[in-house]
Amino acid sequence: MFNWIGQTLAVTALNLRTIPQRLGSSGVAIVGIAGVVIVLVSVLSIAAGFTAAMQNSGSPSRAIVMRSGADSEMTSGLSGAEVDVIKQAPRLRRDGQTPVASAELYVIIDIPKISTNTPANVPMRGVQQTAMAVRNEASIIEGRMFEFGTNEIVVGRGASGQFAGLTVGNEFKSGQDTWKVVGIFETDGGVSETEIWCDSRVLQGAYRRGNSYQTVLAQLDSSDSFNTFRDWLTSNPQVNVQVRREADYYAQQSRALSGLIQGVGFGIAALMGIGAVFGAILTMYTAVSTRSREIATLRALGFNATSVVVSVLAESLALAAIGGALGGVTAYLAFNGYQTSTMNFSTFSQVAFAFQVTPQLLVMGLIYALAMGLIGGLFPAVRAARLPIPTALREL
Amino acid sequence: MKFLPLLWSGLWRKKIRTIFTLLSVFVAFLLFGLLMTIRGAFSFGVEIAGLDRLILIHKVSLIMPLPVSYLPRLNTTEGVTMATHNTWFGGVYQDPANFFAQIAMEPEPYMKLYPEYKVSPEHMKAWLADRQGALVGVDLARRFGWKVGDRIPIVGTIWQPKQGQVWEFNIAGLYDGESGVDKTQFFFRYDYLDENRAGGQGLVGWYIVKINDAAAAQQMGAKFDDMFANSSAETKTTTEKGFVEGFAKQMGDIGAIMIAITIAVLFTMILVAANTMAQSVRERTSEVGVLKTLGFSNVSILALVLGESVLIAVIGGGLGLAASWAFVQQGDPTGGMLPIFVLPTRDVAFGALLIVALGLLAGALPAMNAMNLKITDALRRT
Repeated sequence: MFNWIGQTLAVTALNLRTIPQRLGSSGVAIVGIAGVVIVLVSVLSIAAGFTAAMQNSGSPSRAIVMRSGADSEMTSGLSGAEVDVIKQAPRLRRDGQTPVASAELYVIIDIPKISTNTPANVPMRGVQQTAMAVRNEASIIEGRMFEFGTNEIVVGRGASGQFAGLTVGNEFKSGQDTWKVVGIFETDGGVSETEIWCDSRVLQGAYRRGNSYQTVLAQLDSSDSFNTFRDWLTSNPQVNVQVRREADYYAQQSRALSGLIQGVGFGIAALMGIGAVFGAILTMYTAVSTRSREIATLRALGFNATSVVVSVLAESLALAAIGGALGGVTAYLAFNGYQTSTMNFSTFSQVAFAFQVTPQLLVMGLIYALAMGLIGGLFPAVRAARLPIPTALREL
Repeated sequence: MKFLPLLWSGLWRKKIRTIFTLLSVFVAFLLFGLLMTIRGAFSFGVEIAGLDRLILIHKVSLIMPLPVSYLPRLNTTEGVTMATHNTWFGGVYQDPANFFAQIAMEPEPYMKLYPEYKVSPEHMKAWLADRQGALVGVDLARRFGWKVGDRIPIVGTIWQPKQGQVWEFNIAGLYDGESGVDKTQFFFRYDYLDENRAGGQGLVGWYIVKINDAAAAQQMGAKFDDMFANSSAETKTTTEKGFVEGFAKQMGDIGAIMIAITIAVLFTMILVAANTMAQSVRERTSEVGVLKTLGFSNVSILALVLGESVLIAVIGGGLGLAASWAFVQQGDPTGGMLPIFVLPTRDVAFGALLIVALGLLAGALPAMNAMNLKITDALRRT
């Protein structure tokens, strides 16, 4: 037994030490596997970043009230009277007499994207005085909050970076209205950071919405109160609404796009993986066939077949590990934190987010690389072990 | 041609290597075909968008409606061939995941403006006769197994009917079109929407205006925007192509980045395959020496070596491209998110060029070496 381990270790060490002699073909295998890992990790980092931005947006103790049948804030509509009813619902947190809930409008405003200089659908939210109290994670990081009753706006950190002219002190015209940026806010990386906030009354006028809103965002007295709050509203004949937890609402919105990106990412990586496995097989076959005499000599000296199999597999796994690590590091350096924005089709508006190369993705890339190495090494290893000793010794 | 058997047996000299090289090339070009398709899908049909069609939207944002009263003014403007309007419906069929575009329109003018949508006269007649009628794309009908005459309930999200939430439509006909035309849309009649919606009467989403002279698109656009300036609904006019491009750009660089990474890696894969193919030629130096001794000319040696690598590239790559084409024929695998899912002919041609280039590139250097080899040197090598 110890003999066997000793043999295996000796042959494996021999193989690994001689990798530099076969730099050309080993390099091919490493590059092939690294390439696949780069594609897998970087494409999935897009989906990870997008999903993270959406998940950071929802708090379980907040509920979002929309007209029943509306699939997003964009298509919802609530009358002023309905909003008054919603604000009387039980289990809603109250600050003295004031309900901690904000009736809001959610519209799109055309602003050019800095990177392409083409118009983009930037979400604009009309909020009430309670908006900051409802969203306790929100804070102004530059300038100040806007004055209610004026055409002042505050801009999310992401929007300010992605769209033209959204810096503090700047004014811009849209239709017949002129908006003045007075502050930048953040919300812990959530989607609201792509939004522009202004007074809901002013926005009602600008978009000719009369006294109507689209959603009510409500802070509940605890996250367990959700069912009571929802049931009271959905069974109330004065209003025709649906109530969702904010976290659920955003999770559902991210599903379609991140599903698409993940599908494309996994699909392409799987296909490329097959290609890379072929590359690894070729490399290991070449490695085995150039050394058939050495291998046969070892066997003739009494080394057993298993140790030869293990040594070839170990070499292939080592190459795969180098490739996987190389690919992961490249993807991390190239894409982690890359800021971009895309269209969220459920609200028809832009979402800014950053690519995230998470540790899970790196581990996944490495595992995938090792799997490719294992499959790629298996056939050549078996072939090496089965090599008839006399023929191999005679081979040139 | 008489050397074909020689070429063929050279190919199978090392079976395993040839098979795996073929497979690598196959996978590389299968991926190439799929990527080009995805790239096309992310550009939302910008290729077929008309230059002589202008889109008028509300200046503040696409979601703001325009009054229907702009239509006669547009139609009577000089230089206008025809104008019509569309309204986005955005309803939900059974489940929000079943997304497809539903557009309210005036059937006759719209179909005249978009001759790329092909409808049989009977279907068109049936649609004009039924207010609740809808004309659906053949791909959409296939997706949900709809037939002409089916009754389709759709829940309104933006537009609510006067009673309840559900709108009922009858499928009056199907439209088809060439590849590259979006065949996943659901067209229905604006008069049905306008009479039955609870609010928003007389509002439309956007206008499409066909102009006589595509070269005057810029001036015409400015003219329209001036016509409606200082009204309650100011407009912004772009060419349809510009509009679609702008929309595609809203997706951002996600698609572009995904494709750029993959193409970079794909080219590495192709180089790797080329390297293997070159290696197989290098190993046979002594055989080349024997061939030369037998009296093969330098040119025929060159042709032989190049022929072998080109053959591998053409078999592997050709099958790969064909497989991606066959896959794309199945239609959009995501169920509605990528309505335009076709492999453009231009990219197939590019792929074919790439295949030949791969074969020549992989064979060129070893072939030159083989050609210039002295017989004595070649035979001495092992």
